[in-house]
Formats: sequence, structure tokens, C-alpha cells
Amino acid sequence: MSDARGGSALERLTRLLTLVPYLLAQPGASVGEVARAFGVTEKQLVDDLRLIWMCGLPGHTPADLIDVSWDGDMIVVSNADTIARPLRLDVDEASALLVAVRTLADVPELENREALDRVIAKLESAAGDAAASISAQIAVQVETEPAVVARVREALRRQRRLHLRYYVPARDEITERSVDPMRLLLVEGRSYLEAWCRRAEGVRLFRLDRVVDIRILDLPAAVPPEAEPRNLDDGLFQPSPDDVLVTLEVTASGRWVADHYPCERVEETGDGGLRVALRTPDTRWVRRLALRLGSAGQVIDPPELAEEVRAEAVRALAAYGEVVSSTPAGGQ
Amino acid sequence: MSRRKTERLLNLVICLLATRRYLTADQIRHAVPGYAESDEAFKRMFERDKEELRELGIPLEVGSDSPWEDEPGYRIRRSDYELPEISLEPDEAAVLGVAARVWQRASLAEAASGALLKLRAAGIQTDEATPAGIEPRVDTSEPTFPALWEAVRDRRPVAFEYRTAGATEPTRRRLEPWGVVSWRGRWYVAGFDRDREGVRVFRLSRIIGEVTPIGDPGSVRIPPDVNVRDIVIARGEPAVERRVARLRIRQGAGEGVRRWAGDARPDGEGWDLVEFSFRDPEWLAGFLVGFGDDVVVLEPADARDAMIWRLKEVAG
Repeated sequence: MSDARGGSALERLTRLLTLVPYLLAQPGASVGEVARAFGVTEKQLVDDLRLIWMCGLPGHTPADLIDVSWDGDMIVVSNADTIARPLRLDVDEASALLVAVRTLADVPELENREALDRVIAKLESAAGDAAASISAQIAVQVETEPAVVARVREALRRQRRLHLRYYVPARDEITERSVDPMRLLLVEGRSYLEAWCRRAEGVRLFRLDRVVDIRILDLPAAVPPEAEPRNLDDGLFQPSPDDVLVTLEVTASGRWVADHYPCERVEETGDGGLRVALRTPDTRWVRRLALRLGSAGQVIDPPELAEEVRAEAVRALAAYGEVVSSTPAGGQ
Repeated sequence: MSRRKTERLLNLVICLLATRRYLTADQIRHAVPGYAESDEAFKRMFERDKEELRELGIPLEVGSDSPWEDEPGYRIRRSDYELPEISLEPDEAAVLGVAARVWQRASLAEAASGALLKLRAAGIQTDEATPAGIEPRVDTSEPTFPALWEAVRDRRPVAFEYRTAGATEPTRRRLEPWGVVSWRGRWYVAGFDRDREGVRVFRLSRIIGEVTPIGDPGSVRIPPDVNVRDIVIARGEPAVERRVARLRIRQGAGEGVRRWAGDARPDGEGWDLVEFSFRDPEWLAGFLVGFGDDVVVLEPADARDAMIWRLKEVAG
């Protein structure tokens, strides 16, 4: 969170207390590489080095001061024995790592379980009791499909093509496709395979709980060079401008819709409900959502979609011997 | 200003780490450049500096070397200050590299990268490369997450406005938070609800506005053997017997139902018959209604009625 000047005096002190041992541990590191590691500009880093150079043991004669030189691009620090080791991890730092490692450890087929246990033990002893106890209070549960994950990992390791039978809920179809695996993602509590789909000729995400069947083919995976992995920092789903914009109005009991789906706009209706706008390439799943919402929500726009939902409910009721007028209630 | 302050504080830390004896305020004033001339101003600066070093987690010790000394002295014990010796095998370093990238946003992402920098500063090589293409990410963008993390960390009770599913008006809740859990991609806080006098689970996305502390740090006592993860996962899922529903599914449709159903048998022109295991008829109807006229519930009666009820709501 450092601003252009490199943050507050305390943030800067924290950085310097890590920077000095960092430079001692990696003698000859370049200005660019260290600035990147610390998330500051090269100018800021050089300013930090100038500041360190003014500090040292009481007396502050040249023999007491920390020696810093950056000749060309190589930084060398010496005479800094008192702060040659970094400060202990604070509770947040230790917990952030511990909770993350525990998250991985909960996915037994994902990582070298034994290495995870060793890391947890080492971090706990380095971090102290406070961090060990808070990290037990924060938990992240990731849903995985062990059998599917195991196959995906094997295919990634052996660089093999996969054959999937994959359920597409928007179309209520099971599709068959050959894919070249790129990465296994665990995002927002679920696991996904990111792969080059040979049918779509593009990078696609496959949610592993929708994989009906998975086989490793005796063919090498061939991910084309133009296949771009998704940038996870922008969120998993990036709507396309060509998608249909759908507006729904939900009551208080339908508010979960806004949590559940990436919405473009969410507005309060004033009576506890919401008006949400979302983009979708395929309105079939919205139809399904609207049927599911029942009295908790309805499609406002596009109006044809609202009518399709109602017509579908009328048809479905006929199967139960229930007859409902086929004209909309408002039209009578 | 801020540069001079950083310089003074860094010199102060070095001075207090280098000394074995406790140093009095006056000795420190002479040893560390940058303090004010007047006694009053020095006192204020030094008080503030001590407080800020403690805020950074620097363990400042107060004491004296001799019983006849009545002025308090200060020092930093290296063994309390320094990151303990830690060494990581290559496979452990790889794991840590993946773990540090788990947090997607702001506070925890910064904490994790700060921790990683300290480990590197201690000479540990952590691995940046992803082993076997695995990318775990956890999003903590819920606005109330940082406040609840702090409350759990500091064991402080909190209050917030909360809108229960289906309620139109939010209500004020007072909670002794025991833990924060992400489950199926959503964050929950579990703890003791002071108003309901029982264990409750709240979804962070339904908290309205700010979470404010309403008690002292350390005042929340977590009962032994509490597992917050189990509390969150078990919430709202009372043990109900499984039952079997008989469904008619249109041939070539209802794949999302067939995936979880037993074997299909033909049942008249264009239809199949399947058995489907469920617990809650309302849940079943909520799932099946989305398939519109492709799925018909034959029995049991309560599931069939739930289905008709839901369809009528939509048909108007």
C-alpha cells in the first residue's frame, strides 16, 4: 500500500528492517529486481538505500554506519550485524501463510501432503502461539472432486490430452470434448480445469463438479502458443459485450441471486428487494433461475424472456393435470 | 519530516538491539540522533516512538540492570526480535510459494507477501514457479472481512446490522466471533450470538454497513473443542432421512437431473422413469422446477405438491 513517496514513516521502517537482511542474504541483487520484490519504484528503493547509509550504531562514526553501495546495478550491504536478521513474522503475516497452507492441506490429492505438514509445523514454531491459534479460527474449504482432480493432475504432469464428458447447465446438455490441460484452478471455493478446448478452439474453464467422465488419452497435449491463461486478478468470469443484458427483480428472499451470480448492476428496490442486471451469452439458464425463484423474483427485461418463463410453467403444470389460463394474468 | 523520523526510528532500533544493558531515556537521547533539544519535546517524541515500535511488533523491553536504578531502561532482546532460524526443503519452499499466492486481494495478500519477503530476507529461497500448474485463489473482497479477521484475531465481540435470508428489515446482532470460514466460495462468521444466546452463523455478504467492536480485546472466550468449520458446514442441514422420488423425464432432456439419478427405464412414448434420492422436498422441488416441463414428479406426494406450488407461483 505504498504511495509514490513509499508510504508512511512506519511502513517505511518496516520495509527497511526487511530490506537490510534481504540485501545481506542476496548480495549483488540488482536495483530493479529488489524494487520489484518489495513493490516499490527503483527511485524509491535508491532513496531507501541512501537512508540506510545514514544509519548505524551509536557514535555514528563512519565505522559505525551501515555500508551500502550500488555500483551500476549491484547492491552490496555490509556492517549491519545488529539488523542482519528480519523481524519475526507478525500475527497477520504468519496467519495469512498458515491459513493458506492449511487450505492446500485440505485438498489431500492436491499437494505433497507430507511437505505441507512439515511447512505448517515450521511456520507455527516460527510464528508463535497467537498466529497458530488465529489460523485455526480462519478456514477455507475448497470443494474438490478427488477422482477428477487426480486425473487432471496426472494429465498435467504427463502432458497428455484429456477427453471429457461435461455437463453444461445453461443448455442442460452433456457434451463430449477433447482438451489440452493448462492449469488446475481452485478459485472461489471450487476447482476448475483451465484447458485448450479443441472443439471451441479456445481457452475454456471446466468446473470439475460438472465433469461426468474424464479419460486420459494416449496423445500429447498440444496447447497452442496463442492460448492465454486467464488473469485471475480480474475475477473468473468476464462477461462479453455481446451477451444479452437481463434484468430481474427479486424480493428479500431472492437477494441471494446478487451473491450468487456476477451482476453488472444491483439496486435496492426500497422494500427489501433488489433489481439486478446481469449479462449472459445464453438466456436458458436465466429461464431456469426464474422458474426456481418462483414468487421470490421475476424477469423484467427482456419481456419476451419473462413470457417464455410463464409459458413454460403453464406447460409444466399441465402434466400434473393443473390447468392455468395460457394468457398472462395481466392481460385478462 | 517523515524521512527524518524513519531515520531516527531505524537508529533507535539498532541502538536498542546493540545494547545488552538497559538504556535510560536520557542515554538514548544522546545515542540516537534526531531528538529534540527541549526536555518536554523529547519526552513526547520518545513516548510516541516507543508506542509506534510496539505497534510494528518490535518487542521493546522495559527494566533496569540494578535494583538501585529507579529510572526505567529500555532494550530489545535479539532473541525476541529476530525471526527464529528456519530452513525449508525444496518441496516445502515450493508449497510456500503456492500458498503465498492464495490470497487474491488487499490485506491478506499484503500480509502473505510481507511474510514471504521476511523469509527470503532470512535466506530462504521460496519458489515462485507453480508446481504442476496449480493455482489456488481465495477472494477476500467482502467489505467486512478485515474487521472480522481483526475481531477474531483480537478476540473481541462485535456488533453489526444483518439481513437474514428473506427478511425485509436488517436487525442489529451482537456476536462473540469464534472464527471466519470460506465455504463454497462464500465467507461466514460463526460464534456466540449474545441476543439469541446460542451459536449462530452469519454470511458476510448479508452484513450491512460496518462491523464495530463492542468489547475489549481478549474478552471473547472460545469454548474448547469448537471447530468453526464444522459449525459452518453443518448449519441448516438437520439430519433428515433420505427418501426416493420417482420422476418422469423427457427423453433427450433433463441431463442435469439424470446425472444424479438412478438408471432410466423407458416409460411410454418419449419419456423415461428414474429414481432420485433426496432429503428435503422443498429443496427437490427448487432443483427440479428449473427443468420446466422436461421433468414431472410422480411421487412422493409432498414433493409433487411442492413442485405444483412452485410452478403456480410462476404461472400466475
